Amino acid sequence: MDGNIITSILFATVVAGTPLIIVALGELVVEKSGVLNLGAEGMMSVGAIAAFAVTLHSGNLWLGVGAGMLAGVAMALLFAFVALTLLGNQVATGLALSILGVGLAAFIGKPYESEVLQAVPPIRIPFLADIPVIGEALWNQQSLVYFSWILFWAVLWFLFRSRAGLVLRAVGESPSSAHAIGYPVIRIRYLATLFGGAMAGLGGAFLSVFYTPLWVEGMVAGRGWIAVALVVFATWRPLRVLLGAYLFGGVMVSQLFIQGSGLDINMPSQFLSSLPYWATIIVLVMISRNRNLVRLNAPVSLGQPFKPES
Amino acid sequence: MLRLEPRADASRLMRYLSPLIAVALMLIGGLALFAALGKDPLEGFRVYFLNPLRDLYGLSELLLKATPLMLIAMGLSVGFRANVWNIGAEGQFIMGGVAASAIALYFIESDSGWVLTGMVLAGALGGMAWAAIPAFLRTLFNTNEILTSLMLVYIAQLAVSWLVHGPMIDPDGFGFPQSKMFEDSALLPELLGGTRLNAAFPMALTALGLGYVFLQRSFMGFQMRVAGESEPAARYAGFAARRMIWVGFLAGGALAGIAGMAEVAGPMGQLTTHLSNNYGFAAIIVAFIARLNPVGIFFASLLMALLYLGGEQAQQYLGLPSSISNVFQGLLLLCLLGADVLINYRLRWKPAEAG
Repeated sequence: MDGNIITSILFATVVAGTPLIIVALGELVVEKSGVLNLGAEGMMSVGAIAAFAVTLHSGNLWLGVGAGMLAGVAMALLFAFVALTLLGNQVATGLALSILGVGLAAFIGKPYESEVLQAVPPIRIPFLADIPVIGEALWNQQSLVYFSWILFWAVLWFLFRSRAGLVLRAVGESPSSAHAIGYPVIRIRYLATLFGGAMAGLGGAFLSVFYTPLWVEGMVAGRGWIAVALVVFATWRPLRVLLGAYLFGGVMVSQLFIQGSGLDINMPSQFLSSLPYWATIIVLVMISRNRNLVRLNAPVSLGQPFKPES
Repeated sequence: MLRLEPRADASRLMRYLSPLIAVALMLIGGLALFAALGKDPLEGFRVYFLNPLRDLYGLSELLLKATPLMLIAMGLSVGFRANVWNIGAEGQFIMGGVAASAIALYFIESDSGWVLTGMVLAGALGGMAWAAIPAFLRTLFNTNEILTSLMLVYIAQLAVSWLVHGPMIDPDGFGFPQSKMFEDSALLPELLGGTRLNAAFPMALTALGLGYVFLQRSFMGFQMRVAGESEPAARYAGFAARRMIWVGFLAGGALAGIAGMAEVAGPMGQLTTHLSNNYGFAAIIVAFIARLNPVGIFFASLLMALLYLGGEQAQQYLGLPSSISNVFQGLLLLCLLGADVLINYRLRWKPAEAG
């Protein structure tokens, strides 16, 4: 393999991992507050079509991205109302949100199936992009790739260095104690859930506006679920989310590895496309084999409804 | 201000009323959706909910669509009773259809009555094999079955796509991704002349009857109900949790697989990539609306089938994408989960207090 091939594989891996980072970091914050929202797939789907449609009509990329985030927030609000205010079962509500979101996106997206957006040119960071091999792969990327790194540091700082993050984690570990000291548990969980919705919408927008850039029904293709699995795999730690997302990104672009290796392997494309799903199952098995690994790291109140005595 | 006030005891009335409230809320949401799309809501309602039922053919189509939903939801309810969350019935449905198609295509020259029997068995086994993977991983490694069973849906979709593009493609099919059409010996007999309703419908009714006996009358069913209500109680009583996981997954897989068989040997008549119409996910909604009760599953399946048919009508007469039925289905489940709050809480109007 020569340097160019390595660069292009690395480039594609980073791009494929980026929506996973954004969505999974959002989901991580949600889960740290004790809320399990399995609706990421639905929020991403709606975010993807909203961003695509608005970008197409307005011609303004950032208006589209904003619409995608807003759509994700709207879906998350629906989840929060049913699961947090009306105390619906969080697993079932998240599932319903995914079914609704995927259906809604297909419904809205039907007229857009033959449309194509203009490709967004990458942003080249001077000097850094000149580093051999990795420079072009890391520093000549889409703006949202850089954003995903900023988001990583921001989430890390927020959760473990800021007072608000401490409160959020307290709410996730012991909502009744947090409530007793006077923190508004439900409001904090709402805010976390809406943030997760915005990030899922953004992840969807990245897919439809930057990555493909077109809309096809079912284009999210389980990435929302993989992001949820990634949070478990990462045992609720941001750095592991980042690394895990690139691992999955690498699996998603596995056809490049095979082309790059120069070997004459004739494999059905469906087999290669199924690799990320197999990989998800395998990492989940690896992480859950050790019972304590999940139990000791998961937020204690994850998925439990909470109703303050008023 | 409207407030939620805890009830001393869970309301039995609301347990049965809340699905009806959910349907009413979904209808209101649907009318609002039609209005928002610039359609006359009443006309939309008529086309969507009444048009499909106007003649015998429409009713037979309703039963035809409800059949796979009854089968899958019955199987899922066995697992859901014991909190075994098999979300991957869609994949088990596909694999059942694939296994049954393999039999149909291998014995395509045969006109023996055993071909159909073999297809039912193969369908059940195909679904069970696919369901065994998450059951195995859950019992052996404690791996979350929601995520694994869901991932296997995507894998099953890709597998069927590979099969009909490659090994199982019709050599005379001009390269279309579909298998040969099945011979009559591999097609389910029709019940009513001039309709597509077939022998799978009585099979589904039988499954509902057996499911009722299993859940309400058998010791294993009792154990699973206890485990669903209170996991510590089941553990204390010494009920084998692993066996429940296996029973839940295998029942779900078998019935989903048979439903897949009924689809390829019924309305499809061949294997294609789009053999499933999201039935595996719609059946989850059916099971929830029905409160996992076989009688409820019968009616909830009819309702869900109506949502499918209404989507087709809306596409034909209102020019709306047929995926509108998925919107209605998702909305229905969300409304149900929200309305369920009334089981344990009552709404009270309280004037906002100062301070």
